[in-house]
Order: sequence, then structure tokens, then C-alpha cells
Amino acid sequence: MSRRKLNRRQFVAATAATSAVMIAAPYVRGAYAAGKLSMGFWDHWVPGANQASTDLVNEWAAKEKVEVQIDYITSQGKKIELTIAAEGAAKSGHDLMAMPTWWPHANAELLEPVNDIMEPIIKENGEVNGTVKYLGQSGGKWLAVPACVGSQIKGPCTRIDLMKKHAGIDVQELYPAGGPPKADGWTTETFLKAAEACQKAGVPFGIGLGETTDSVDSAGAFFQAFGAELVNAKGDVTVKTDAVRQALEFYKRLIAALPPDVASWDDASNNKWLVSGKGAMIMNPPSAWAVAKRDAPQIAEQCWTHGFPAGPKGRFAPFLPYFWSIWSFSKNKEAAKSLIVHLSKPASIEKMVVASGGYDLPAYEKLTTLKVWQEQGPPKGTLYHYPNPYNHQTLSIAASPAPPKIAQQIYAQATMTKMCLRYAQGEKMDATLAWAEGECEGFMRS
Amino acid sequence: MVDAAIGEDSVVRPRRAAGRKGLRHALKRKSTVAFLLTLPLILLITLLVVYPAIYSVHLATLNKSMQRFVGFGNFEFLSKRDTFWLVVKQSCIFAITAVVFKALIGFIVAHFVHNIPAKGQRKWRGMLLVPWVIPPAMSTLAWLWLFDPSYSAFNYTLAFFGIGPIPWTGDAGWARFSVILVNIWYGAPFFMIMYLASLKSVPDQLYEAAAIDGANWWQRIWYVTLPMMRNIIAITTLFSLIVTFANFDIVRILTAGGPLDKTHIFATWAFRVGIEGSDIPLGASVSLFMVPILAVAAIFILRDVNKRGNES
Repeated sequence: MSRRKLNRRQFVAATAATSAVMIAAPYVRGAYAAGKLSMGFWDHWVPGANQASTDLVNEWAAKEKVEVQIDYITSQGKKIELTIAAEGAAKSGHDLMAMPTWWPHANAELLEPVNDIMEPIIKENGEVNGTVKYLGQSGGKWLAVPACVGSQIKGPCTRIDLMKKHAGIDVQELYPAGGPPKADGWTTETFLKAAEACQKAGVPFGIGLGETTDSVDSAGAFFQAFGAELVNAKGDVTVKTDAVRQALEFYKRLIAALPPDVASWDDASNNKWLVSGKGAMIMNPPSAWAVAKRDAPQIAEQCWTHGFPAGPKGRFAPFLPYFWSIWSFSKNKEAAKSLIVHLSKPASIEKMVVASGGYDLPAYEKLTTLKVWQEQGPPKGTLYHYPNPYNHQTLSIAASPAPPKIAQQIYAQATMTKMCLRYAQGEKMDATLAWAEGECEGFMRS
Repeated sequence: MVDAAIGEDSVVRPRRAAGRKGLRHALKRKSTVAFLLTLPLILLITLLVVYPAIYSVHLATLNKSMQRFVGFGNFEFLSKRDTFWLVVKQSCIFAITAVVFKALIGFIVAHFVHNIPAKGQRKWRGMLLVPWVIPPAMSTLAWLWLFDPSYSAFNYTLAFFGIGPIPWTGDAGWARFSVILVNIWYGAPFFMIMYLASLKSVPDQLYEAAAIDGANWWQRIWYVTLPMMRNIIAITTLFSLIVTFANFDIVRILTAGGPLDKTHIFATWAFRVGIEGSDIPLGASVSLFMVPILAVAAIFILRDVNKRGNES
């Protein structure tokens, strides 16, 4: 077997010729000329809602010549949080990741700042609400862009008939479809009286006091309505204040009017409570109403989503945004930014909101009056006030305004609901406050 | 130069030959073959057990943002937290109570099954193993529905007798009872099958001799059965203690540690702190706290088993 040997001169000549051809050849733009981009998106529980995101991504990918891979990751069992933690620790994974509430801050050192795209997006879509700024910014830098997919307000979803019959409150009158709220009289005191009346009638409000997010979010909004902060914006522990005491007194009265098992409720319990027809109100985005529409239409027809009651320090509603963030170890940051800009266009946002049946909420002020919320029903207009179109309540998150890394601990440990339960179960006020103070001091670690 | 080359080669060749002979000799040795055969397993364990263990120790020595070495700082921090000591106490209550009852129920049921005629025994063995073969994440969901705060099937049934409703997962005491009960339900068949195998290996002559000596039922158990089963009891107890201490799914699904943290055990608390609270080093420290407790238990139990092995 003979083998032709390549001598040194031939090797140099061949290399030079190949290089010359490669440099001189015209640039051919292939199908995936702009590289690859992988993304981990939140797996929507509304059937078909993921498809809208997929279509938008594919539309962008075809235009930009990028090969895309989308993984829809469920939040069931905290899988999306586990994925974020694993990718953050491994410094490897998706280029673009959907992160809920606290996670951009928790991974701030590992995220690519997005000021360059956030500013034009705000210019086009309008200002973002305070909660998005609180959760998405650090030291003047935008850590991530608010995603409309998965973002939600957990306001009251009330049974129109039961509330009118037992508490004498017409929620449709307070929050008329197509018009501004007339809810000046909708205060924490009115709310308590209504809760007591409905409890007496055998249809109590279904507000959880467990350790999952629905319970924590409701407690957070009520605490804020009383101006109760466990840790202030500077990071000082402020548990032993009159505002916190007032919030606990309020909750003690409220717990007496709630079902006896609320201490063990999870995020599904309140939904079941509404759909079963046992209760007059829950605090939830319209997912419970959507399930009722499918499984118990006669109940869905009586549901009305509206604003929180106002407390002495204002009217607050829990807002839980998702964010699109780019890992600093991403190999295609520019493509990721370009995709986020595409997904944040008003037309894209509307498409996603429509696909979710009005569940998803954009964080931008110009996008709170989309048609979908006006048209959803039955009853027609049930979601009109869901996106807070008249800004009559402050969108907030439990444990704010504490520095986010401390607030996340307060939130994850459900410190507020635990305080409410302890006090309602007979613990002395001072003991409850001392316990909470000790907990908050433990959350200060850095 | 040529001579030198020849000379070099002549030295190398016998050396190579000796090396080949040595290798062949080594490969013929039983210990070498055994090592090579176990090598894939050693590599697998290194990859899936040793590396994660060392990595979690490494994580436990970092600060919250994982950028600074803090030595034992996380353990020191934990030792000052009341909630952590509550978790330690609950983990011990959970594991010890569950293991004791699993062993007791397993022992009793194993005797029942052992006394069933051989013909029908297989069916009973199969049926009794069902709880153990269903993945606990699935079976616990069924228990969750049975204990559901608002629609509990147990409460529905109890209501016919004028009892309840019982807050199965809403009251600290009942919630602890519920998670322990489900753990016993899941783990008792393992004890049952191990004890059954052990019972079958006790020679009948011993019972016959005991009967001739006039031993009653209790004396037969105490002086024949239990001594013959001691090693199995010790090993199963140790194994179950480790698994129960490290349990996650049952508590996570049933109560998620609530109400008021009264059912948290090490693994669920580590998840709450590490993943939900984004404090992975502290979560790793919580999980590692189990190691000394289980190591002490393992040393005592295995030493006892070894001692008896040497005696026999």
C-alpha cells in the first residue's frame, strides 16, 4: 500500500490557498447564521398559552436566522427555581431564562445587565410599576426584563351573589366593567365585616394561612395596607411597631371568620374553595375563575375579579411578576436581547395575554387596557379591573420594601402568615413580635 | 553509536519482557480481577456519591452569595437559630417514631404471613408489599387527598360516627401524626419482607427443642426468634433510620413543613432555605447536619453486628 507523503512546502502552499479562498469567498448567510439560542420558559398552565410564545420565538428566529431551542419548565414542585439554582451553580445552561419574582436579585451577580434594551422598551410600552423596579433593578442596573407570561395580580375574586346577599355589597357597583372603581368605601373594616357576615351565612372567605405564595401574598398586601414592615428599605428590623400590631389584630379578627383549616391551605386550596361553591371570596388571579368556567359554569358566572380593600396606609395588591433574564455565561447575549425586545413589543404582549385568556399581565402602564380583559366572561367584564387599569391600588409584593435578598427570606419562610397564626392561636403579642424579630435578624446574612 | 543503540535495546528488551510478564501476572491475580470488575461501580459511585458529597461540603463552607469561604460559619449560624433546633428535634421524633413502628408492625405482620399456609402466602406477600413498591411521591398524593383540609375522605367517614372534623394537616400534633403515619405505611412492608426472610431461615429444630423444654409462645419469641433475627433487625433498623432521616417527599407533599414549621425535617428545611430562600450554602449545611447523627448510629449498630458475627 503506497501512501503519498505531503512535504513541508506542499503543506504551506495548501494552507495558504485554503485561507485565501476562505477570506475571498463571498459571505453566505446560512439558515442559522446568527448562531443558537436556548431558553427556559415558564410552562403555562393555561392550555395553548405556550404556543403563543413558541410562535413568537419562531417568527423572530426565522427573521434573525437563529436556531432556537425552547424548554418549558413547570413551576410545579419548584422545578423552575431548581433549574435556575442548578444553572447558576454550574454556570451553564440556557441562554435566556424566565425567573419568578425574587430570582433575578438572588442571581444578580450572574445576570447580564439589560439597561440598553429596557430603556427603549419602557419608552414604547410605558413606565413599569414599582414592584417591577424593586424586583428587577439593582444599583440602577436592570437585571432582567419583566415578562408578561406568568405575571399576575392576586386580588379578590368575589362571588357577586353571595356577597350581595350576605354582606350587602355589590362588587360590580364598586368595580363597574368599563369604568373607574367607585371603591372608596371598600376598606379593611368593610372587608372584615363582610368576612364575618359571610362566615355566619356559611360561605366564609377562603384566604389561606399556609406557607405557600397565595397565603403569603395576601398577608403581605394587608400588612402593607397598615404600613406594617418587618424590615424597612434600609434593612433595619422594624417588627415592633404599632403598624405591625394593627396588622396582627386585623388578621386575628379575620382568621376567626375564615374556615378553620386555613393553616394548612396550599395554593390549590383557595381555588378548590371557590370552585366548590363553599366560599364567597378568594384572593387569586383568574385561574380559579377559569377552572370554574370549565367545571362549574354556574359559579363562574357569579365571579368578579376586583381590587383589594384599602387600609389606613393605602390600597395594596400583590403583584408577582416573571422576568426574562440573560445569564452572563450565555454565548449569544445579543440574540437573547433581540428576542426579549421582540417579545416585549405591544403586539407580542397582546398575543400572549390573549392566549392566556387574560391571565398574564404586562407590567407596563400603556398595556393595562387590552381588549381581552374587557371581553372576557361570563359575566362580561369580570376581568376588567384585574390588570389595575385605573392604578387605584399600589401593586406590591409581600415583605417589600426590605432589601430584596432579605425580603426573599421573609417571603420564603412565610414569616407574616406564621405571625398571624401564632397570634390568632393565642400567643401573646410580644412573644409573636419577639419571635418574628429573631427570625428577621437571621435573614440578614449575606 | 551503533553499539550504543544495540546496547540500549538489549537492556530495554528484557525490561519490557519483565514488565509484560508482571502485568500478565497481575492480571492473573484474583484481587486485580476483582478490582477491575468493580472499577465501573467505583467510578459510578465516585461520580454520583463522592463528588456530590464533597461538593456539598464545599458549598456548606461558603457564604450566602457563594463567593467567600466561611469555614464552619454556616453551622455556627444554624446553631443559634431556634427554628433549626426545632427541625433537629422534629427530625429525631419523625425518624425514631416511624422506625420503631415500622419495625414493630413489620415484625407482627411477618409472623402472620409466616403462619399462613405456603399455598396462599405468595398472594399475601405481594399484596402487603404494594405500599412499598408504589413511588412515595405518588402514593403520598393519594394520602394528601385523604387528609385534604376541606374535603378529607377520612373526615367524611368519621362524620358518620359523629367524630371530627380532624385538622389532619392543619394542627401541629395531627400534622406530625399524619406524616409519621404515611411514612410507617410506606416503610413497614420493607421490614415485613426482611423479617419474613429471616423467620424462614430460623431452623425448625430450635422451635421443636424449645417446645420439648416447655417454652410458651412468648418464650419462643424471646429466646429463639429474636436472637436469631438480631442481625437482620439491626441492619434493617439502621438502613431505615438513614432513609427516614433523609426523607423528603412525604413531608414536602403532605404539609410542606407546616403548620408553623412543626413538621419540617432536615431535607424539607434544607430545600426551603436552600432553594426557596436562595441560600444554597445554608441549605447544604442543614442537610450535612444529618451526617454526624447517622454516622454515630451506623457505628454503634454495625459494631454490634460485627461483634455478634465474630462471636458466632
